[in-house]
Amino acid sequence: MCLAIPAQVLDIDSATDMASVSLDGVRKDISLALVENVQIGDYVLVHVGYALNRISPEEAEETLRLMRSFSEFTENPPGQPATSRATAAIAAETTTGETDGPQR
Amino acid sequence: MKFVDEYRDSGLARDLARAIRDEISEDRDYRLMEFCGGHTHAIFRYGVQDLMPENLRFVHGPGCPVCVLPMARIDQAIAMATEHQVTLCTYGDLMRVPASERQSLLKAKAAGADIRMVYSTQDALRLAREDAARQVVFFAIGFETTTPPTAVALKAARAEGLRNFSVFCNHVLTPPALRAILGSGSGNGQGGDAGSTYSGNGSDDERVQIDGILGPSHVSTVIGSDAYAFVAKDHGIPLVIAGFEPLDVMQSALMLVRLINQGKSDLQNQYSRAVSPEGNTKAQALMRETLAPRDTFEWRGLGWLPNSALRVADAYADWDAERRFPVTAGPSREIKGCECPKVLRGLMEPTDCKLFGTVCSPENPMGACMVSSEGACAAYWSYGRSRQPSRPISQP
Repeated sequence: MCLAIPAQVLDIDSATDMASVSLDGVRKDISLALVENVQIGDYVLVHVGYALNRISPEEAEETLRLMRSFSEFTENPPGQPATSRATAAIAAETTTGETDGPQR
Repeated sequence: MKFVDEYRDSGLARDLARAIRDEISEDRDYRLMEFCGGHTHAIFRYGVQDLMPENLRFVHGPGCPVCVLPMARIDQAIAMATEHQVTLCTYGDLMRVPASERQSLLKAKAAGADIRMVYSTQDALRLAREDAARQVVFFAIGFETTTPPTAVALKAARAEGLRNFSVFCNHVLTPPALRAILGSGSGNGQGGDAGSTYSGNGSDDERVQIDGILGPSHVSTVIGSDAYAFVAKDHGIPLVIAGFEPLDVMQSALMLVRLINQGKSDLQNQYSRAVSPEGNTKAQALMRETLAPRDTFEWRGLGWLPNSALRVADAYADWDAERRFPVTAGPSREIKGCECPKVLRGLMEPTDCKLFGTVCSPENPMGACMVSSEGACAAYWSYGRSRQPSRPISQP
Protein backbone atom coordinates (compact mmCIF):
# COMPACT_ATOMS: atom_id res chain seq x y z
CA MET A 1 0.00 0.00 0.00
CA CYS A 2 2.81 2.40 0.84
CA LEU A 3 4.89 1.29 -2.13
CA ALA A 4 6.60 4.19 -3.86
CA ILE A 5 9.05 3.92 -6.74
CA PRO A 6 11.89 6.29 -7.66
CA ALA A 7 11.39 7.84 -11.09
CA GLN A 8 13.23 10.51 -13.07
CA VAL A 9 11.33 13.59 -14.26
CA LEU A 10 11.60 13.93 -18.04
CA ASP A 11 9.13 16.70 -18.73
CA ILE A 12 6.95 19.12 -16.76
CA ASP A 13 3.62 20.69 -17.77
CA SER A 14 3.21 23.65 -15.38
CA ALA A 15 -0.31 24.42 -16.67
CA THR A 16 -1.67 21.07 -15.42
CA ASP A 17 0.92 20.51 -12.66
CA MET A 18 1.74 17.16 -14.25
CA ALA A 19 5.06 15.58 -15.14
CA SER A 20 6.18 12.83 -17.44
CA VAL A 21 8.53 10.46 -15.62
CA SER A 22 10.64 7.46 -16.52
CA LEU A 23 10.02 4.45 -14.29
CA ASP A 24 12.99 2.27 -15.19
CA GLY A 25 12.45 3.10 -18.85
CA VAL A 26 8.63 3.11 -18.77
CA ARG A 27 7.18 6.56 -19.40
CA LYS A 28 4.27 7.64 -17.20
CA ASP A 29 2.39 10.85 -16.46
CA ILE A 30 2.10 11.74 -12.78
CA SER A 31 0.77 14.65 -10.73
CA LEU A 32 3.10 17.17 -9.10
CA ALA A 33 0.33 18.53 -6.83
CA LEU A 34 2.14 17.37 -3.66
CA VAL A 35 5.64 18.69 -4.38
CA GLU A 36 7.27 22.04 -5.08
CA ASN A 37 10.16 23.24 -7.21
CA VAL A 38 10.68 19.97 -9.04
CA GLN A 39 13.06 20.30 -11.99
CA ILE A 40 13.57 18.15 -15.07
CA GLY A 41 16.18 15.52 -14.21
CA ASP A 42 15.15 15.27 -10.55
CA TYR A 43 14.25 11.90 -9.06
CA VAL A 44 10.91 11.71 -7.24
CA LEU A 45 9.15 8.96 -5.30
CA VAL A 46 6.00 7.98 -7.22
CA HIS A 47 3.01 6.68 -5.28
CA VAL A 48 -0.48 6.06 -6.77
CA GLY A 49 0.12 8.52 -9.59
CA TYR A 50 1.60 11.34 -7.51
CA ALA A 51 5.12 12.52 -6.76
CA LEU A 52 5.39 12.24 -2.96
CA ASN A 53 8.83 13.75 -2.46
CA ARG A 54 12.11 14.48 -4.18
CA ILE A 55 14.97 12.06 -3.54
CA SER A 56 18.17 13.71 -2.38
CA PRO A 57 21.14 12.33 -4.39
CA GLU A 58 23.56 13.64 -1.74
CA GLU A 59 21.77 11.83 1.09
CA ALA A 60 21.49 8.67 -1.03
CA GLU A 61 25.24 8.73 -1.63
CA GLU A 62 25.98 9.35 2.04
CA THR A 63 23.83 6.35 3.04
CA LEU A 64 25.72 4.19 0.54
CA ARG A 65 29.05 5.51 1.81
CA LEU A 66 28.12 4.44 5.32
CA MET A 67 27.05 1.02 4.07
CA ARG A 68 30.31 0.61 2.15
CA SER A 69 32.28 1.52 5.24
CA PHE A 70 31.64 -2.06 6.42
CA SER A 71 33.18 -3.52 3.30
CA GLU A 72 36.07 -5.91 3.85
CA PHE A 73 38.31 -3.92 1.55
CA THR A 74 37.28 -0.40 2.48
CA GLU A 75 38.65 1.27 5.52
CA ASN A 76 36.33 3.82 6.98
CA PRO A 77 38.21 7.12 6.84
CA PRO A 78 38.58 8.11 10.47
CA GLY A 79 37.43 11.47 11.65
CA GLN A 80 35.45 12.28 8.50
CA PRO A 81 32.64 14.61 9.50
CA ALA A 82 29.05 13.59 8.84
CA THR A 83 28.15 16.09 6.14
CA SER A 84 24.44 15.45 6.06
CA ARG A 85 21.49 14.52 8.20
CA ALA A 86 22.15 10.94 7.08
CA THR A 87 22.62 8.86 10.18
CA ALA A 88 25.03 11.27 11.80
CA ALA A 89 24.99 9.02 14.84
CA ILE A 90 26.10 5.91 12.99
CA ALA A 91 28.78 7.91 11.20
CA ALA A 92 30.04 9.25 14.48
CA GLU A 93 30.18 5.78 15.98
CA THR A 94 32.04 4.25 13.08
CA THR A 95 34.65 6.99 13.16
CA THR A 96 35.24 7.27 16.87
CA GLY A 97 38.11 5.52 18.50
CA GLU A 98 35.88 2.89 20.10
CA THR A 99 36.73 0.40 17.42
CA ASP A 100 38.82 0.51 14.28
CA GLY A 101 35.84 -0.32 12.15
CA PRO A 102 34.17 -3.71 12.24
CA GLN A 103 36.27 -6.44 13.76
CA ARG A 104 36.94 -9.41 11.58
CA MET B 1 16.79 1.11 -11.39
CA LYS B 2 18.61 4.05 -9.83
CA PHE B 3 18.02 4.46 -6.08
CA VAL B 4 16.84 0.83 -5.90
CA ASP B 5 19.54 -1.50 -7.26
CA GLU B 6 22.32 0.03 -5.14
CA TYR B 7 20.39 -0.93 -2.02
CA ARG B 8 20.08 -4.59 -3.05
CA ASP B 9 23.81 -5.34 -3.37
CA SER B 10 24.53 -8.82 -2.02
CA GLY B 11 28.15 -8.04 -1.18
CA LEU B 12 27.17 -5.07 0.96
CA ALA B 13 24.46 -7.21 2.55
CA ARG B 14 27.11 -9.72 3.64
CA ASP B 15 29.24 -6.91 5.08
CA LEU B 16 26.31 -5.44 6.99
CA ALA B 17 25.33 -8.89 8.28
CA ARG B 18 28.88 -9.39 9.54
CA ALA B 19 28.85 -5.96 11.18
CA ILE B 20 25.62 -6.87 12.98
CA ARG B 21 27.07 -10.20 14.14
CA ASP B 22 30.19 -8.39 15.35
CA GLU B 23 28.23 -5.92 17.40
CA ILE B 24 25.49 -8.10 18.81
CA SER B 25 25.74 -9.19 22.41
CA GLU B 26 25.39 -12.95 22.96
CA ASP B 27 23.71 -12.61 26.33
CA ARG B 28 20.54 -10.80 25.33
CA ASP B 29 17.79 -10.93 22.71
CA TYR B 30 16.97 -8.19 20.21
CA ARG B 31 13.31 -7.94 19.20
CA LEU B 32 12.92 -5.38 16.44
CA MET B 33 9.39 -4.54 15.32
CA GLU B 34 9.10 -3.56 11.69
CA PHE B 35 5.96 -1.44 11.65
CA CYS B 36 5.38 -1.56 7.88
CA GLY B 37 4.21 -4.43 5.73
CA GLY B 38 6.72 -3.17 3.16
CA HIS B 39 9.51 -3.99 5.59
CA THR B 40 7.99 -7.39 6.35
CA HIS B 41 8.08 -8.24 2.67
CA ALA B 42 11.65 -6.98 2.21
CA ILE B 43 12.74 -9.09 5.19
CA PHE B 44 11.20 -12.25 3.74
CA ARG B 45 11.74 -11.69 0.04
CA TYR B 46 15.47 -11.05 0.48
CA GLY B 47 16.03 -13.49 3.32
CA VAL B 48 17.15 -10.76 5.72
CA GLN B 49 15.99 -12.71 8.79
CA ASP B 50 18.27 -15.59 7.78
CA LEU B 51 21.27 -13.25 7.66
CA MET B 52 20.67 -12.16 11.25
CA PRO B 53 22.12 -13.76 14.38
CA GLU B 54 19.79 -16.17 16.19
CA ASN B 55 19.08 -13.74 18.99
CA LEU B 56 17.87 -10.95 16.67
CA ARG B 57 14.26 -11.36 15.64
CA PHE B 58 11.97 -9.21 13.56
CA VAL B 59 8.47 -8.84 15.03
CA HIS B 60 5.81 -7.91 12.48
CA GLY B 61 3.70 -4.84 13.15
CA PRO B 62 0.29 -3.52 12.08
CA GLY B 63 1.53 -1.32 9.22
CA CYS B 64 -0.68 -2.75 6.50
CA PRO B 65 -3.74 -0.55 5.86
CA VAL B 66 -5.65 -3.35 4.14
CA CYS B 67 -5.01 -5.68 7.08
CA VAL B 68 -6.16 -3.23 9.76
CA LEU B 69 -9.36 -2.16 7.97
CA PRO B 70 -12.30 -3.73 9.81
CA MET B 71 -14.74 -5.84 7.82
CA ALA B 72 -17.60 -3.48 8.69
CA ARG B 73 -16.07 -0.76 6.51
CA ILE B 74 -15.88 -3.08 3.49
CA ASP B 75 -19.48 -4.11 4.21
CA GLN B 76 -20.41 -0.40 4.14
CA ALA B 77 -18.65 0.14 0.82
CA ILE B 78 -20.43 -2.85 -0.73
CA ALA B 79 -23.74 -1.52 0.63
CA MET B 80 -23.04 1.89 -0.96
CA ALA B 81 -22.45 0.23 -4.31
CA THR B 82 -25.52 -2.00 -4.12
CA GLU B 83 -28.10 0.13 -2.26
CA HIS B 84 -27.24 3.49 -3.82
CA GLN B 85 -26.01 2.18 -7.20
CA VAL B 86 -22.88 4.29 -7.09
CA THR B 87 -19.71 3.58 -9.04
CA LEU B 88 -17.29 2.55 -6.31
CA CYS B 89 -13.61 3.08 -7.16
CA THR B 90 -10.74 1.79 -5.07
CA TYR B 91 -7.15 0.59 -5.19
CA GLY B 92 -6.58 -3.02 -6.23
CA ASP B 93 -5.31 -4.00 -2.77
CA LEU B 94 -8.87 -4.07 -1.40
CA MET B 95 -10.69 -6.04 -4.07
CA ARG B 96 -10.27 -9.54 -2.59
CA VAL B 97 -10.33 -8.72 1.14
CA PRO B 98 -12.94 -10.85 2.92
CA ALA B 99 -16.04 -8.99 4.11
CA SER B 100 -18.96 -10.39 6.12
CA GLU B 101 -20.96 -13.35 4.78
CA ARG B 102 -17.95 -14.47 2.67
CA GLN B 103 -18.41 -11.36 0.54
CA SER B 104 -15.71 -9.19 -1.05
CA LEU B 105 -15.66 -6.23 -3.43
CA LEU B 106 -14.73 -8.60 -6.26
CA LYS B 107 -17.67 -10.91 -5.52
CA ALA B 108 -20.04 -7.93 -5.29
CA LYS B 109 -18.72 -6.74 -8.66
CA ALA B 110 -19.29 -10.20 -10.14
CA ALA B 111 -22.85 -10.04 -8.81
CA GLY B 112 -23.47 -6.82 -10.75
CA ALA B 113 -22.32 -3.91 -8.58
CA ASP B 114 -20.33 -1.22 -10.38
CA ILE B 115 -17.00 -1.56 -8.55
CA ARG B 116 -13.82 -0.52 -10.30
CA MET B 117 -10.13 -0.77 -9.56
CA VAL B 118 -8.24 2.47 -10.12
CA TYR B 119 -4.55 3.28 -10.03
CA SER B 120 -4.94 6.83 -8.79
CA THR B 121 -7.49 9.30 -7.42
CA GLN B 122 -6.99 11.07 -10.77
CA ASP B 123 -8.71 8.09 -12.47
CA ALA B 124 -11.72 8.37 -10.14
CA LEU B 125 -11.99 12.11 -10.83
CA ARG B 126 -11.82 11.43 -14.57
CA LEU B 127 -14.71 8.94 -14.34
CA ALA B 128 -16.84 11.56 -12.57
CA ARG B 129 -15.95 14.27 -15.12
CA GLU B 130 -16.81 12.02 -18.06
CA ASP B 131 -20.35 11.18 -16.91
CA ALA B 132 -22.24 13.71 -14.78
CA ALA B 133 -25.12 11.24 -14.31
CA ARG B 134 -22.85 8.75 -12.56
CA GLN B 135 -22.17 9.07 -8.81
CA VAL B 136 -18.52 8.15 -8.30
CA VAL B 137 -17.42 7.20 -4.79
CA PHE B 138 -13.72 6.81 -4.10
CA PHE B 139 -13.18 4.18 -1.36
CA ALA B 140 -10.08 5.73 0.24
CA ILE B 141 -7.81 3.69 2.48
CA GLY B 142 -4.21 3.92 3.58
CA PHE B 143 -1.80 5.51 6.01
CA GLU B 144 -0.34 8.99 5.60
CA THR B 145 1.44 7.95 2.39
CA THR B 146 -1.83 7.43 0.54
CA THR B 147 -3.80 10.23 2.21
CA PRO B 148 -2.42 13.29 0.36
CA PRO B 149 -3.64 12.03 -3.07
CA THR B 150 -7.15 11.79 -1.56
CA ALA B 151 -6.79 15.35 -0.26
CA VAL B 152 -5.79 16.54 -3.75
CA ALA B 153 -8.88 14.85 -5.24
CA LEU B 154 -11.21 16.48 -2.70
CA LYS B 155 -9.74 19.89 -3.38
CA ALA B 156 -9.99 19.40 -7.14
CA ALA B 157 -13.62 18.21 -6.89
CA ARG B 158 -14.62 21.28 -4.90
CA ALA B 159 -12.71 23.67 -7.19
CA GLU B 160 -14.40 22.18 -10.26
CA GLY B 161 -17.83 21.91 -8.61
CA LEU B 162 -17.78 18.19 -9.37
CA ARG B 163 -20.97 17.21 -7.53
CA ASN B 164 -20.99 13.57 -8.61
CA PHE B 165 -17.71 12.72 -6.89
CA SER B 166 -17.33 11.86 -3.20
CA VAL B 167 -14.90 10.10 -0.87
CA PHE B 168 -15.57 7.23 1.55
CA CYS B 169 -12.70 8.06 3.84
CA ASN B 170 -10.90 5.33 5.80
CA HIS B 171 -7.47 6.90 6.10
CA VAL B 172 -5.66 5.99 9.31
CA LEU B 173 -2.75 7.53 11.19
CA THR B 174 0.55 5.88 12.08
CA PRO B 175 1.45 7.47 15.45
CA PRO B 176 -1.76 6.33 17.23
CA ALA B 177 -1.19 2.77 16.02
CA LEU B 178 2.36 2.89 17.36
CA ARG B 179 1.03 4.22 20.66
CA ALA B 180 -1.49 1.37 20.80
CA ILE B 181 1.20 -1.23 20.15
CA LEU B 182 3.48 0.29 22.79
CA GLY B 183 0.60 0.91 25.17
CA SER B 184 1.11 2.73 28.39
CA GLY B 185 2.92 -0.17 29.98
CA SER B 186 6.23 -0.64 31.62
CA GLY B 187 8.53 1.64 29.64
CA ASN B 188 10.35 3.96 31.96
CA GLY B 189 9.02 6.93 30.01
CA GLN B 190 12.17 8.90 30.62
CA GLY B 191 13.67 8.52 27.18
CA GLY B 192 17.36 8.58 26.50
CA ASP B 193 18.45 5.99 29.02
CA ALA B 194 16.14 3.05 28.66
CA GLY B 195 17.59 0.20 26.65
CA SER B 196 15.35 -2.21 28.46
CA THR B 197 12.82 -4.40 26.74
CA TYR B 198 9.51 -2.66 26.39
CA SER B 199 6.28 -4.46 27.14
CA GLY B 200 3.36 -3.16 25.14
CA ASN B 201 -0.31 -3.03 25.93
CA GLY B 202 -2.64 -5.85 26.75
CA SER B 203 -2.78 -8.33 29.55
CA ASP B 204 0.30 -10.23 30.71
CA ASP B 205 -0.15 -12.95 28.13
CA GLU B 206 -1.11 -10.43 25.43
CA ARG B 207 1.99 -8.26 25.49
CA VAL B 208 4.40 -7.88 22.65
CA GLN B 209 8.04 -7.54 23.65
CA ILE B 210 9.93 -4.95 21.61
CA ASP B 211 13.48 -3.64 22.03
CA GLY B 212 13.50 -1.34 19.01
CA ILE B 213 11.34 -0.21 16.11
CA LEU B 214 12.01 0.06 12.38
CA GLY B 215 9.97 3.16 11.56
CA PRO B 216 7.89 3.58 8.39
CA SER B 217 9.56 4.62 5.12
CA HIS B 218 7.07 6.40 2.94
CA VAL B 219 4.67 7.45 5.68
CA SER B 220 7.66 9.32 7.10
CA THR B 221 8.31 11.15 3.81
CA VAL B 222 4.94 12.82 4.45
CA ILE B 223 4.81 13.25 8.25
CA GLY B 224 8.57 13.69 8.82
CA SER B 225 10.86 12.08 11.38
CA ASP B 226 9.90 14.56 14.11
CA ALA B 227 6.48 12.87 14.33
CA TYR B 228 8.06 9.94 16.20
CA ALA B 229 9.70 11.91 19.00
CA PHE B 230 7.08 10.54 21.41
CA VAL B 231 8.38 6.96 21.01
CA ALA B 232 11.66 7.73 22.76
CA LYS B 233 10.19 10.32 25.10
CA ASP B 234 7.10 8.43 26.30
CA HIS B 235 8.09 4.81 25.78
CA GLY B 236 11.86 4.78 26.13
CA ILE B 237 12.73 2.61 23.14
CA PRO B 238 14.78 3.45 20.05
CA LEU B 239 13.19 3.99 16.63
CA VAL B 240 15.08 4.13 13.34
CA ILE B 241 13.21 5.28 10.23
CA ALA B 242 14.17 2.70 7.63
CA GLY B 243 13.97 2.53 3.85
CA PHE B 244 12.18 -0.38 2.19
CA GLU B 245 15.16 -1.92 0.39
CA PRO B 246 16.94 -4.88 2.02
CA LEU B 247 20.17 -2.96 2.74
CA ASP B 248 18.12 -0.15 4.28
CA VAL B 249 16.50 -2.68 6.61
CA MET B 250 19.87 -4.20 7.52
CA GLN B 251 21.57 -0.87 8.14
CA SER B 252 18.62 0.20 10.30
CA ALA B 253 18.84 -3.06 12.24
CA LEU B 254 22.54 -2.33 12.87
CA MET B 255 21.69 1.17 14.08
CA LEU B 256 19.07 -0.27 16.44
CA VAL B 257 21.51 -2.91 17.74
CA ARG B 258 23.99 -0.14 18.57
CA LEU B 259 21.35 1.98 20.29
CA ILE B 260 20.10 -1.01 22.30
CA ASN B 261 23.66 -1.93 23.29
CA GLN B 262 24.28 1.64 24.45
CA GLY B 263 20.97 1.75 26.33
CA LYS B 264 19.82 4.73 24.26
CA SER B 265 16.23 5.31 23.17
CA ASP B 266 17.08 7.75 20.38
CA LEU B 267 15.19 8.53 17.20
CA GLN B 268 17.38 8.14 14.10
CA ASN B 269 16.71 8.43 10.38
CA GLN B 270 18.36 5.92 8.06
CA TYR B 271 16.09 6.85 5.11
CA SER B 272 17.38 10.40 4.90
CA ARG B 273 17.39 10.39 1.09
CA ALA B 274 13.61 10.82 1.22
CA VAL B 275 12.71 11.73 4.82
CA SER B 276 13.31 15.10 6.45
CA PRO B 277 12.55 16.09 10.05
CA GLU B 278 9.52 18.16 9.02
CA GLY B 279 8.23 15.92 6.19
CA ASN B 280 6.22 17.14 3.20
CA THR B 281 4.61 20.31 4.54
CA LYS B 282 2.62 20.93 1.34
CA ALA B 283 0.99 17.51 1.63
CA GLN B 284 0.35 18.06 5.35
CA ALA B 285 -1.40 21.39 4.63
CA LEU B 286 -3.63 19.75 2.00
CA MET B 287 -4.57 17.01 4.49
CA ARG B 288 -5.39 19.57 7.21
CA GLU B 289 -7.58 21.55 4.80
CA THR B 290 -9.66 18.70 3.41
CA LEU B 291 -9.72 16.11 6.21
CA ALA B 292 -10.34 16.14 9.96
CA PRO B 293 -9.55 13.70 12.78
CA ARG B 294 -12.23 11.20 13.80
CA ASP B 295 -12.96 10.90 17.52
CA THR B 296 -12.44 7.16 17.27
CA PHE B 297 -12.01 4.48 14.61
CA GLU B 298 -11.98 0.70 14.66
CA TRP B 299 -8.74 -1.08 13.76
CA ARG B 300 -8.57 -4.76 13.07
CA GLY B 301 -6.42 -6.28 15.79
CA LEU B 302 -6.13 -3.08 17.82
CA GLY B 303 -9.79 -2.27 18.51
CA TRP B 304 -11.22 1.26 18.71
CA LEU B 305 -8.45 3.86 18.90
CA PRO B 306 -9.11 7.56 19.66
CA ASN B 307 -7.99 10.19 17.12
CA SER B 308 -6.48 7.48 14.95
CA ALA B 309 -8.20 8.11 11.63
CA LEU B 310 -9.45 10.86 9.34
CA ARG B 311 -12.84 11.83 7.93
CA VAL B 312 -13.78 14.35 5.26
CA ALA B 313 -13.67 17.85 6.79
CA ASP B 314 -16.92 19.77 7.34
CA ALA B 315 -15.94 22.34 4.71
CA TYR B 316 -15.98 19.47 2.20
CA ALA B 317 -19.13 17.76 3.55
CA ASP B 318 -20.74 17.82 0.09
CA TRP B 319 -17.99 15.46 -1.07
CA ASP B 320 -18.30 13.06 1.88
CA ALA B 321 -19.78 9.75 0.72
CA GLU B 322 -20.69 8.74 4.29
CA ARG B 323 -23.01 11.75 4.55
CA ARG B 324 -24.28 11.52 0.99
CA PHE B 325 -24.94 7.78 0.87
CA PRO B 326 -25.75 6.62 4.40
CA VAL B 327 -25.79 2.86 4.90
CA THR B 328 -26.16 0.69 7.94
CA ALA B 329 -23.54 -1.91 8.61
CA GLY B 330 -23.32 -4.32 11.50
CA PRO B 331 -20.22 -4.86 13.62
CA SER B 332 -17.24 -6.65 12.10
CA ARG B 333 -17.35 -10.41 12.46
CA GLU B 334 -14.00 -12.15 12.18
CA ILE B 335 -13.82 -15.52 10.48
CA LYS B 336 -13.66 -18.21 13.15
CA GLY B 337 -10.12 -19.36 13.78
CA CYS B 338 -8.48 -16.47 11.88
CA GLU B 339 -5.64 -15.10 13.99
CA CYS B 340 -5.01 -11.93 11.92
CA PRO B 341 -5.70 -9.70 14.96
CA LYS B 342 -2.89 -11.35 16.94
CA VAL B 343 -0.55 -11.39 13.94
CA LEU B 344 -1.14 -7.64 13.50
CA ARG B 345 -0.12 -6.98 17.10
CA GLY B 346 3.08 -9.00 16.75
CA LEU B 347 1.79 -11.56 19.27
CA MET B 348 1.71 -14.50 16.90
CA GLU B 349 3.58 -15.67 13.83
CA PRO B 350 1.37 -16.49 10.82
CA THR B 351 2.50 -20.13 10.84
CA ASP B 352 1.05 -20.48 14.37
CA CYS B 353 -2.47 -19.87 12.98
CA LYS B 354 -4.45 -23.07 12.48
CA LEU B 355 -5.83 -21.76 9.17
CA PHE B 356 -2.44 -20.86 7.66
CA GLY B 357 -1.71 -22.94 4.59
CA THR B 358 -4.67 -25.23 5.20
CA VAL B 359 -7.88 -23.39 4.37
CA CYS B 360 -6.19 -19.97 4.17
CA SER B 361 -3.89 -19.17 1.25
CA PRO B 362 -3.58 -16.22 -1.16
CA GLU B 363 -5.90 -18.05 -3.59
CA ASN B 364 -8.51 -18.58 -0.88
CA PRO B 365 -7.83 -16.00 1.82
CA MET B 366 -9.68 -16.13 5.12
CA GLY B 367 -8.06 -13.02 6.56
CA ALA B 368 -6.72 -9.72 5.27
CA CYS B 369 -3.12 -10.54 6.24
CA MET B 370 -3.17 -13.27 3.57
CA VAL B 371 -4.83 -11.10 0.89
CA SER B 372 -2.77 -7.98 1.14
CA SER B 373 0.50 -7.91 -0.73
CA GLU B 374 1.93 -6.43 2.48
CA GLY B 375 0.32 -8.82 4.95
CA ALA B 376 2.59 -10.88 7.18
CA CYS B 377 0.73 -14.10 6.28
CA ALA B 378 1.21 -13.44 2.55
CA ALA B 379 4.92 -12.82 3.17
CA TYR B 380 5.28 -16.11 5.04
CA TRP B 381 3.30 -17.94 2.35
CA SER B 382 5.33 -16.48 -0.52
CA TYR B 383 8.82 -16.62 0.94
CA GLY B 384 8.89 -18.18 4.38
CA ARG B 385 7.07 -21.50 4.33
CA SER B 386 10.17 -23.60 4.05
CA ARG B 387 12.22 -21.67 6.58
CA GLN B 388 13.44 -23.58 9.57
CA PRO B 389 11.57 -22.32 12.61
CA SER B 390 13.77 -20.02 14.66
CA ARG B 391 14.57 -20.91 18.21
CA PRO B 392 12.07 -19.31 20.56
CA ILE B 393 13.23 -15.96 21.86
CA SER B 394 13.24 -15.97 25.62
CA GLN B 395 10.76 -13.78 27.44
CA PRO B 396 12.25 -11.32 29.88
